[in-house]
Amino acid sequence: MSTLRVPTVPVETREHYLNADYGIRSWLLTVDHKRIALLYLASITLFFFLGGFFAVLIRLELLTPQGDMVQSETYNKLFTMHGVIMVFFFLIPSIPAVLGNFLVPLMIGAKDLAFPRINLLSWYIYMIGGLLTFAAVVAGGVDTGWTFYTPYSSTYSNGYVIVTGLGVFITGFSSILTGLNFLVTIHKMRAPGLTWFRLPLFIWAHYATSLIMMLGTPVVAITLVLLVLERAFRIGIFDPTLGGDPVLFQHLFWFYSHPAVYIMILPGMGIVSELISCFSRKYVFGYHFIAFSSLGIAVLGFLVWGHHLFVSGQSAYAGLIFSFLSFLVAIPSAIKVFNWTATLYKGSISYQAPMLYAFGFIGLFAIGGLTGLFLAALGLDVHVHDTYFVVAHFHYIMVGGAVMAYLGGMHFWWPKMTGRMYPEGWARFSALIVFIGFNLTFLPQFILGYLGMPRRYHAYPPEFQVLNVMSTAGASILAAGYLLPMVYFLWSLKYGAIAGPNPWGATGLEWRTPSPPPTENFKQTPIVTEEPYEYSIREIKVV
Amino acid sequence: MSDTTSSSHPAHLAHHFDTVEQQRESSSLGMWVFLAQEVMFFGGLFLAYLVYRSSYAAAFAEASHHLDVVLGGINTVILIGSSLTMALAVYCAQTGKRHLLVLFLLATMLLGLAFLGIKAVEYHHKYVDKLIPGIAFSYPGPNAQHAQLFFSLYFAMTGMHALHMVIGFALLIWLVNDARKGRFTPEYHSHIENFGLYWHFVDIVWIFLFPLLYLIGLHDAAGGGH
Amino acid sequence: MSVHVVPLRIYFAVFASLMVLTGVTVAVAYFDLGPLNTIVALSIAVTKAALVILYFMHVRYGPSLTKLVVAGSFLWLFIMLSITMSDYVSRSW
Repeated sequence: MSTLRVPTVPVETREHYLNADYGIRSWLLTVDHKRIALLYLASITLFFFLGGFFAVLIRLELLTPQGDMVQSETYNKLFTMHGVIMVFFFLIPSIPAVLGNFLVPLMIGAKDLAFPRINLLSWYIYMIGGLLTFAAVVAGGVDTGWTFYTPYSSTYSNGYVIVTGLGVFITGFSSILTGLNFLVTIHKMRAPGLTWFRLPLFIWAHYATSLIMMLGTPVVAITLVLLVLERAFRIGIFDPTLGGDPVLFQHLFWFYSHPAVYIMILPGMGIVSELISCFSRKYVFGYHFIAFSSLGIAVLGFLVWGHHLFVSGQSAYAGLIFSFLSFLVAIPSAIKVFNWTATLYKGSISYQAPMLYAFGFIGLFAIGGLTGLFLAALGLDVHVHDTYFVVAHFHYIMVGGAVMAYLGGMHFWWPKMTGRMYPEGWARFSALIVFIGFNLTFLPQFILGYLGMPRRYHAYPPEFQVLNVMSTAGASILAAGYLLPMVYFLWSLKYGAIAGPNPWGATGLEWRTPSPPPTENFKQTPIVTEEPYEYSIREIKVV
Repeated sequence: MSDTTSSSHPAHLAHHFDTVEQQRESSSLGMWVFLAQEVMFFGGLFLAYLVYRSSYAAAFAEASHHLDVVLGGINTVILIGSSLTMALAVYCAQTGKRHLLVLFLLATMLLGLAFLGIKAVEYHHKYVDKLIPGIAFSYPGPNAQHAQLFFSLYFAMTGMHALHMVIGFALLIWLVNDARKGRFTPEYHSHIENFGLYWHFVDIVWIFLFPLLYLIGLHDAAGGGH
Repeated sequence: MSVHVVPLRIYFAVFASLMVLTGVTVAVAYFDLGPLNTIVALSIAVTKAALVILYFMHVRYGPSLTKLVVAGSFLWLFIMLSITMSDYVSRSW
């Protein structure tokens, strides 16, 4: 599949969304969903590296069994800031705010999202919350863990709980408004002929994600309000001395935070569906199953939060129900994995960088998901709760899954967003480095956790050192793997091969408009007459 | 289907929508989806109430005596009345009665202001009686700790509700201004309709707050009192 | 397609019903009906909310999608309340 084309109209003279207007005001006051996506790209990349910086410090401390690099309270701040930044300011927004914002209108043949100004407001709200949290970090940070459990966070912690809580609260509204925008857009602005079951699975994934954003985020919002009130005014809601229940905080917190992990993974699954089909030149096997499983994950994901409370004092009977439901929620995810695999069967597979990331996702998500079943088993969870087993489990899903999907999607749609191709050789090399570095970092952590090393401790028994050193070594390789795309993506903006409208020969409306697209997306509103992923019906040419 | 020509593109049709109908349906759906998340937002407070009331029913009933049923009841009537005036405002917008629209929007504002005024009076009474947790709390009866939970929830829930009323009041100022300029017509009055949805939602929250906070202890002793 | 205009008499009828129901809920609260107090109070509140939703908010005359959003949001609230309460209720078993 050739990706080097000589365009008939030079990119510099054609008007598109990047050169339609110049100057900082045209970016900071834009209502174009594509520019807003790039604003988000810049900010979440910054937060990713800030969160990564804290991870580096954590892994450096854990090279030796003694707590010799930082004091325990400082270490508590390190893992708290790592978690808060990575969860709320990178993982939750990343794919929806960057790729979702850019692609949802394009994929459905619309000129923009339903509410372009609210879209811009979303970014500003995100930045304000992010800056507030950053201020808390600089001022001294928080040491409660990203989960803010009471009564430590409400009464005893010496960190900047209120400021951080407010920062996260504010950013939550960014999430809510994005979800609202996507839901209305997908319902009301599809091009003629684009029925629900002709939609790309990326859209189904973002629709399901938006449902979760709308129904879950407000609950963590009110929880943080109560936490801030508790800490500021000692009102007593979570205070045991007043008859308050700290476990109530956990119920309220995890009612959002468990579905939140599905906010983090569902968009990635949407990306993988697109990548697997394009790079197998094949329709996605079981399209309807994958579409409905996205909705199934969104619904079931709201019913399992108590599996975070198994050892908290929650009743054993509630634990039983949550355990059973947690096993159920694995089923729709498994259906997706089976269907992606079946898509590969008798496909014409090629191994460009996006596909390498998709393969990485499938394998690593499978491991992460299966280890989730370990944790869903009540008895087993008692053994591994609050150990590195849990840490490894969620990093396999969040990093091995979501981040790899994000990178795969960025590579796949980079030519559409910028009109340039990234260097394929370097991209494949980086994907390999990321895969190796990731596994070296986190596989030892499963073993460490099972052997009993607790999480959130800056010191550990000496017999755990070898595995910790392996993990830190892996982290440095992983870091290199993340830095490389930064370099070559920027390089490609000036020196990359010029990309045409469809360098991958992929199906989907976004590939039927020039790269980069004009501000209004399509010169003429497309009319859809085909089913999705029709690779077998006709040859989709590279242009 | 190509883009609509400028002759069928009214001034109030945004560039990214194809028809006025699509725009109206989208903004309405947007408001409804927003209200869905508001249900979950207040829902967290109702959950905390549910958990603690079921654990400390007697203490909650006792503490509830210290709320003024008369003022609460008057506020309920006021707020439902403001829902009526808001519904009538939407009716006027739909039927092109510009002056009546402004009048009913102003009536809604007035009733909303009255509600907030009475709330301020109530809060002041609580301050005088030292029943505000975290600021001045000294409960005269038994179960003081559990009573503090009741009052924490009372202020969190009615306070959050009042905040939503203040936001609504501010939006009404803007809407009255636009209505006076004749911006709303039978063809285009989405802002009035969608604000109406928001206002009715705030009313519904109070419809639940009133019995749950004010009416739970009345059958035990003489009700009312500050 | 135009939006349905609700007749004025319906608005006034709903308002009158809401006033009556408010009076009833206050009056009933003065009598000790045991657990029925809460059930009656909540039933009346739900009825009042339903009247506001169906008529003041036009859901009765609106598209099915609106009805779905309304139903969905209350369903989700119910899920959060009931499953959390299942913990508290069963702690002493």
